[in-house]
Amino acid sequence: MADDNFEPRIIAFCCNWCSYAGADLAGVSRLQYPPNILVIRVMCSGMVHPNLVIDALTKGADGVLICGCHPGDCHYLEGNLKAESRKDAIELMLEDFGLEPERFRLEWISASEGPRFAEVMREMTETIRGLGPSPYRQ
Amino acid sequence: MTVKLTINDNIAEVEEGTTVLEATEALGIKIPTLCYHKALSPYGGCRLCLVELDDGRQKRIQTSCVYPVQEGLKVETDTERVVKARKIVLELLLARCPESDEIKRIAKDLGVTETRIKKSTVHDEKCILCGLCVRMCEERMGKSVIGFANRGINREVIPPFDAESEICMGCGACAFICPTGAINPKDFCTRGITMLPSEFDLGVGPRPVVSIAFPQAVPNTPTIDKENCVYFQLGKCKMCEAVCEAGAFDFEQQEEIKELEVGAVVLAPGYEIFNPDLKKELGYARYPNVVSSLQFERILSASGPYLGQICRPSDGEHPKKVAFIQCVGSRNEENDYCSSVCCMYATKQAIIAKEHEPDLECTIFYIDLRAYGKEFEAYYNRAESLGIRYIRCRPSSIKEVPNKHNLRINYQASDNELVNEEFDLVVLSTGLRPPEEVNRIAETFGIQLDEQGFAATREFSPIETSRDGVYVCGPFSEPKDIPETVMEASASAAGAMTLLSEVRGTLITHKEYPPEKDVSGQEPRIGVFVCHCGKNIGGVADVPSVAEYARTLPNVVYAADSLYTCSTDTQEMIKEMIGEHNLNRVIVASCSPRTHEPLFRNTCREAGLNEYLFEMANIRDQNTWVHMSEPEKATKMAKDLVRIAVAKSRLLDPLYRGRLKVNNQALVIGGGMAGMTASLFLADQGFHVHLVEKEKELGGNFLHIRSLLNGTDPRQRLTETIDRVNSHPLIDVHLESTVTEAKGSVGNFETTITHNGDKTEVAHGAVIVATGATEYEPTEYLYGNNPRVITQHALEEWIADDNPELRNIKSVVMIQCVGSREEERPYCSRVCCSQAVKNAIVMKDRLPETDAYVLYRDIRTYGFLERHYREAREKGVRFIRYEVDQKPQVSPSQNGFRVSVLDHILNTNLNIQCDLIVLAPAIVPRGDADEVGKLYKVPLNQDRFFLEAHMKLRPVDFATDGVFMCGIAHAPKSVEESIAQASAAASRAATLLSKVELELDATISEIIDANCDGCAYCIDPCPFAALTLIEYMYNGEVKKTVERNEALCKGCGVCMATCPKMGIFVRGFKPEQLGVMVEAALEEA
Repeated sequence: MADDNFEPRIIAFCCNWCSYAGADLAGVSRLQYPPNILVIRVMCSGMVHPNLVIDALTKGADGVLICGCHPGDCHYLEGNLKAESRKDAIELMLEDFGLEPERFRLEWISASEGPRFAEVMREMTETIRGLGPSPYRQ
Repeated sequence: MTVKLTINDNIAEVEEGTTVLEATEALGIKIPTLCYHKALSPYGGCRLCLVELDDGRQKRIQTSCVYPVQEGLKVETDTERVVKARKIVLELLLARCPESDEIKRIAKDLGVTETRIKKSTVHDEKCILCGLCVRMCEERMGKSVIGFANRGINREVIPPFDAESEICMGCGACAFICPTGAINPKDFCTRGITMLPSEFDLGVGPRPVVSIAFPQAVPNTPTIDKENCVYFQLGKCKMCEAVCEAGAFDFEQQEEIKELEVGAVVLAPGYEIFNPDLKKELGYARYPNVVSSLQFERILSASGPYLGQICRPSDGEHPKKVAFIQCVGSRNEENDYCSSVCCMYATKQAIIAKEHEPDLECTIFYIDLRAYGKEFEAYYNRAESLGIRYIRCRPSSIKEVPNKHNLRINYQASDNELVNEEFDLVVLSTGLRPPEEVNRIAETFGIQLDEQGFAATREFSPIETSRDGVYVCGPFSEPKDIPETVMEASASAAGAMTLLSEVRGTLITHKEYPPEKDVSGQEPRIGVFVCHCGKNIGGVADVPSVAEYARTLPNVVYAADSLYTCSTDTQEMIKEMIGEHNLNRVIVASCSPRTHEPLFRNTCREAGLNEYLFEMANIRDQNTWVHMSEPEKATKMAKDLVRIAVAKSRLLDPLYRGRLKVNNQALVIGGGMAGMTASLFLADQGFHVHLVEKEKELGGNFLHIRSLLNGTDPRQRLTETIDRVNSHPLIDVHLESTVTEAKGSVGNFETTITHNGDKTEVAHGAVIVATGATEYEPTEYLYGNNPRVITQHALEEWIADDNPELRNIKSVVMIQCVGSREEERPYCSRVCCSQAVKNAIVMKDRLPETDAYVLYRDIRTYGFLERHYREAREKGVRFIRYEVDQKPQVSPSQNGFRVSVLDHILNTNLNIQCDLIVLAPAIVPRGDADEVGKLYKVPLNQDRFFLEAHMKLRPVDFATDGVFMCGIAHAPKSVEESIAQASAAASRAATLLSKVELELDATISEIIDANCDGCAYCIDPCPFAALTLIEYMYNGEVKKTVERNEALCKGCGVCMATCPKMGIFVRGFKPEQLGVMVEAALEEA
């Protein structure tokens, strides 16, 4: 399964107020992680439609992350909790599309958690590397 | 004189005297090197920078770093011959330093993993004799501490005679410049190398001489520590200047003195932490594993010295047992006050530490656990349920266990046993002190200080100093927590605004922009500006190739790279290009939009382009900084990110901020001290106020307060306040009235006030909720069955009215926490401890022969209230602690009552005979709080007090814009705290009411009526209640759809992600915009 030349393509939807800032802090701190993640900035993790996640995975992304604020810290009070409540639905859809549940991950990363951002990105890349390319990837 | 030469078929024209390496790098062509540094003279030591030179006579391999350019020279940097030669050099280096990871990494990059040459047997040889350290020490530091010695295979870098050096100043520059980590000045410096302690990490970690104070510092610019800078001290070094591509260092900057003319001053110099070294017995500064609470805060921080790992300073090990010692520098003779915040920060730190490491054992040694703030008690209960151990004991000393650096603490356990326990780390919960400069500040501003050195404030006005026009906020006047500090901050602003209301807005200058170009219907014409950010991006990714790639993308009509896109000249260039190429979309690929988007948007606006036609690609913070060792992949990713930005920008629309007229009247609900104070602060600033009070008279709970801790009768103040409110021309008082209906939102509310069935409608821009709270009516301790069981308020009235009942009292028992801190009401009522202390002191003063007992759970006399607690003890009031599961038993007896309680110090049951029992009932929310909440769509917390937008940072705002709160409707608090919060609410409301128009966010949601079928899925999830379902007639049928209130929507997009029909979206983040970004991300460059 694991192909040495396989370079995972992962999309991370990051909340502008926390995880996106956490990603910036990882940079400011020069914390290195694999170049397999493309960050798309959103205003809130609660803004990401489940369809967008499924679209990404069925169009060839090997993994998708939604990163938001820790519970209680949401800039919009509870948008992150809305994102969390959609997690189960997304996982069910993954099953329907024949995708492993590990290809989607919801994470809370604050603006001060640069090390955690880098760690989550490393972990996700390794997980996806282990799973191999998405069956939808051409 | 310039010289022309050819490098890999590129023509280069450079100054005479330039080296081939410099000329090559200027073209963006990289040559590997280990011994070259642009700030030092070239040396040709590592021989990695080999290139092939052709001067027309012969072709030969040369080290490019020392070879000067010649007219007509041809340079090849990657011919087969060059690569082979470099590989041999690397094999030699590998043979010399087989253990060096750095050499192995460079070798691997160039395809060399093994060496055919016999490997050195010198253990852990890392020095490659590149001489960077020698040149650094000589050329930059002017010291020549180290130099080359011996020949051939014995050649090495050492100080003269390999002896320790007294000249070495321990600056560490040699170690800094060494590419392989081979040199350590500790080996030869006689001075001992010490790291500069980081002020922000409180010495737990080091910091460089040139540093940014802390990651969130504003401005986020590095400064030079002159005291420790080699240049400022010795006139040498200037390495910072040599490496800064932007040329940003200014060594000539001088301190400037500016004079400002102001009408009011707010002093907020904060506090200092008590220096725990003054408590020698606790071992701080002697034992490495005894740290202050602020140091532990840094240890816990993700950006702290251990990157969020809990480590102890002595050995970096993870502690298993941590002890917190409370009241270090508080509640003692020298610091006769409680620091107010330590109990909760210790609890917080223990909880966070356990979140990091669930097996960590945390023990908090305390005297009284002062969880008196809003929701603090619940937090404390949570800490206990997480297994955090609270021990009521103040350990007298800490001893270190030799060798292990563990710490031993002697304490008395709850069963009075003496215990000696070992901990791995001890955190001292250090108290708050006035700032060191306090005397200078007081002198400068002519204000008085109190006996502890904090700013003295006026009675009933905690934000006013002794001098008119000089306000104070935060712990400068008394130790306090964040919410109270923020309240006072707004309150002091209210003070200043009231004073200066006549000149409000007179110093504002408005910026003029050119008219905006209409780009509707135009095909996108995109300009892409790729930034090198000096070496930050350009040193990793191939920036010119990214710009070149951008030119190939659809609709991109212009792309360029620049050294610093944020520089003024590049900004001008962008504006010119927008005009020249008629650009209608602009993309900057550089750093983070979080820091630079406003700047570039402004540039677009200055060029007449709508600011929302701008997009950014973050190719530095999220690319070259995190993929530094993979330049090719970083280049690819930069292209990916540019492609994603281009895809989105093609679908960008010009956006406009909505504007809303603001009605500048206010509605204040509740005529207690809080509501009246807020009304006066607003009316004094010129805003019309409608004050609604349910009762027949103004005053609220304050009517029942008959004395203050200092003995003053507050009724005079109350009468003055009521008179001022009643006679103020801008305040309409509505007595015996309630609010019954409300419509509208921020800036434009319409509220119906009902009085005896008559309805009045008022229009207003803001609401302040100051509905207060009431007292719990006790059912316990014979209350209601016996007239000599009374509440503290009743006692206060007895005292004030000199009630004859009091004269024959021989013994009084006060029972605290009646109805508070229990399952049904799991919060602390905050004011009862000080009320009991106040009344007990008066009793003792009036009737010195009377015995006064206070039965309590924790005495929560925070801040300066502590002094009164001490005074009460000195006057003979007896304080006896009880546990919640062993409450005092009260039974009638012959001459009054018998109170039985377990004394924990004597460990025996005490029977107290008394003739008066005084209860401290809980403060309870009003039953009708819910109704007011529903009218303005604002929530209550689980204890049914009003819930603020943020517990710490927005303590007077509701999450709903335009609605504010103050007083005990928010949470129990003292009169002075209510007044501060009321002034704060007025201040917050005034920032809104002072505007003629409200400028709204542009990136808010928008409904696509054609797609919306009125299913209403989006309505409940909206955190701001900005959506409503409406119906209208369309083609003779009822059409349901959703309406968005543009004043309330914040653009979070929860609606968008909930909608199954693509019927609602957030501007700037449309589903199709995000969709094309995803598609672009999945394309290959």
